[in-house]
Amino acid sequence: MSWTLFLQHLANGVALGFVFGLVAIGYTLVYGVVKLVNFAHGDIFMMACFFVYYGIALFSFPWWLSFLCAIFLTALLGISIEKVAYKPLRDAPRISSLCSAIGMSFLLENFATVVFGGRQKPFYQPQILNKTLNIGGVRIQLVTIVTIVVSIAVLLFLNYLVYKTKMGLAMRALSHDFDTARLMGINVDKTITFTFAIGSSLAAISAIFWALRYPQIWPFMGVFPGWRAFTAAIIGGVGSIKGAMTGGFLIGMISIMLVAFLPDLAGYRDAFIFIVLVFVLLFKPTGLFGEA
Amino acid sequence: MRWVIPLLLVASVVFAAEPIVIGVYEPMTGPYAAGGQMTMEGVYLAHEQVKEVLGRPIELVLVDNKSDKVEASNAVARLIEYHKAVAIIGSYGSAVAIPGSEVANKLGVPMVGCSPTNPLVTLGKPFAFRVCFIDPFQGTVMAQFAVEKLGAKTAVVIQDIASDYSVGLSHYFQEAFKKLTKNNKSVLGVISYQTGDQDFTAQLTFANSKNPDVIFIPAAAYGEAALIIKQARELGMKQIFLGGDTWEAPEFLEVGGKAVEGSYFSTHFDTEATTTPKAAEFIKSFREKYGKDPSAFAALGYDAYMLVVDAIKRAGKPDPKAIRDALAATKNFEGATGYITLDQNGDAIKDAVIRVVKDGKFVYVTTVRPTE
Repeated sequence: MSWTLFLQHLANGVALGFVFGLVAIGYTLVYGVVKLVNFAHGDIFMMACFFVYYGIALFSFPWWLSFLCAIFLTALLGISIEKVAYKPLRDAPRISSLCSAIGMSFLLENFATVVFGGRQKPFYQPQILNKTLNIGGVRIQLVTIVTIVVSIAVLLFLNYLVYKTKMGLAMRALSHDFDTARLMGINVDKTITFTFAIGSSLAAISAIFWALRYPQIWPFMGVFPGWRAFTAAIIGGVGSIKGAMTGGFLIGMISIMLVAFLPDLAGYRDAFIFIVLVFVLLFKPTGLFGEA
Repeated sequence: MRWVIPLLLVASVVFAAEPIVIGVYEPMTGPYAAGGQMTMEGVYLAHEQVKEVLGRPIELVLVDNKSDKVEASNAVARLIEYHKAVAIIGSYGSAVAIPGSEVANKLGVPMVGCSPTNPLVTLGKPFAFRVCFIDPFQGTVMAQFAVEKLGAKTAVVIQDIASDYSVGLSHYFQEAFKKLTKNNKSVLGVISYQTGDQDFTAQLTFANSKNPDVIFIPAAAYGEAALIIKQARELGMKQIFLGGDTWEAPEFLEVGGKAVEGSYFSTHFDTEATTTPKAAEFIKSFREKYGKDPSAFAALGYDAYMLVVDAIKRAGKPDPKAIRDALAATKNFEGATGYITLDQNGDAIKDAVIRVVKDGKFVYVTTVRPTE
């Protein structure tokens, strides 16, 4: 394998890794605070893409405005889902809210199929982002570089939010114990609503970067990134934000490097990802960055 | 009130002839949705034109198989057991047509596929038929075109390992390509992905490192094919891309944009290269109803419906077994896509059309006849 070829694979891996990582962060944030595996995350992700699509197709918004509206609408959607599907079950056994999340996932997928139609739609790619850079024979998308910058910005922002603000303190308290947090005078409902708003906005941001890279949207598009993000979050240690980013990055890298070095096994990507998952959990049951 | 139901039953028999049910299972949602919806345009048009057979109305029942193998089996079982369909039409996508034909065959109801091209759809299933050609022919056609018309000496194949259609077509293409180039090493590499993948940069970087003349992508889902080519162009790849009949969908052009220009694929029908008088009539009525040109899938859907109705007529009774025997005896049936004669496996022997993407449209290139 030549040096350029290897660097090209590396660049592909970094590109895919950051996209997965960005999806995984939103997943893990909600889990970390509310202790709910939000199976609908992938479908909230999908809804965000359709918000962008219709913002441009129906209202002819400029793309950046359409992106902003989509992020806002997705946050609202996330909050409403929490109110309808999770809040009434907060004191029920955890398995109930898990089932409710799966139900919500199916509901969103089928709702989208009925309302938006089952066929794929092309996602709008702004000219300015749709460029390829050629660095010494290695080609990398401008979108990839923007994705990396945004991922790092999101990580810094979340770090600030969780560790430096009052709301962050409330979120951390909640993640330990709902009842004690309530006794300490923390507004549990408000904090959870806030968490869902942030988590869903992150879903929207990752969805936009996903669709800019893979410009094809349809009602079931969230299933695959959803599962990958879930796996990434577990590898990284559920609830850990930098863990999710690392997990996503690892999964992206493994997917690409498997094809690069073992091309005959390229069709079994998922099997390899899950073998890695099993190994990580064997040696570190709480994930790479998980707390014991 | 208990008398109401029997009375209604008696009334329905007396006042209106019981309809004959023809079941359809097609992907209306999921990754193959465009294919299923294009097929249905043809089926609906045919149903509009022929609403009766044996003096009884025809009821068309459609069940969405959601591009899913399990849903496809369930759809066929539902059509037969609940809706009492005497014949089944469908489905786009060999991966879903194979489990569907399995069920139809087991329950003894004839099925006519519109566009599933994998040999396994009909092989060893006396109740399964189709109105299109099969992949050993389609794969050969594309290999022949690549070698003879494009002067290709080497090729790489990128296949979807989770799709029967893709793996099958990939196999037949490789076989023919090696034979035609008289070089056992002319296929420089075969690399796989899985249905649902969106990132193909690793596969493409591999393909590019082999530097082939052409890259064959028998993708089952047109959207994935478009993404593969798009990402290839972003990686600076200049090769010619070849594909199979699934590429013929508006989404392929919309998602692929400029990247897919100059890509060739084989398909079943082109309004510029028709072989039967029936075709002109079909194209005219299709344009009137939908205001656009028919796709190959619409034409095949139309033919499948017409063939089923014709078989019911020839059978003389709406009995699945008799319809099967009539279908098996089909000779020179005049369809929109050509004259249909079904061989001992229930497969049609038909011409293939090759098209190219030019200025954002599918353009006719040539017709290839099957050689004996």
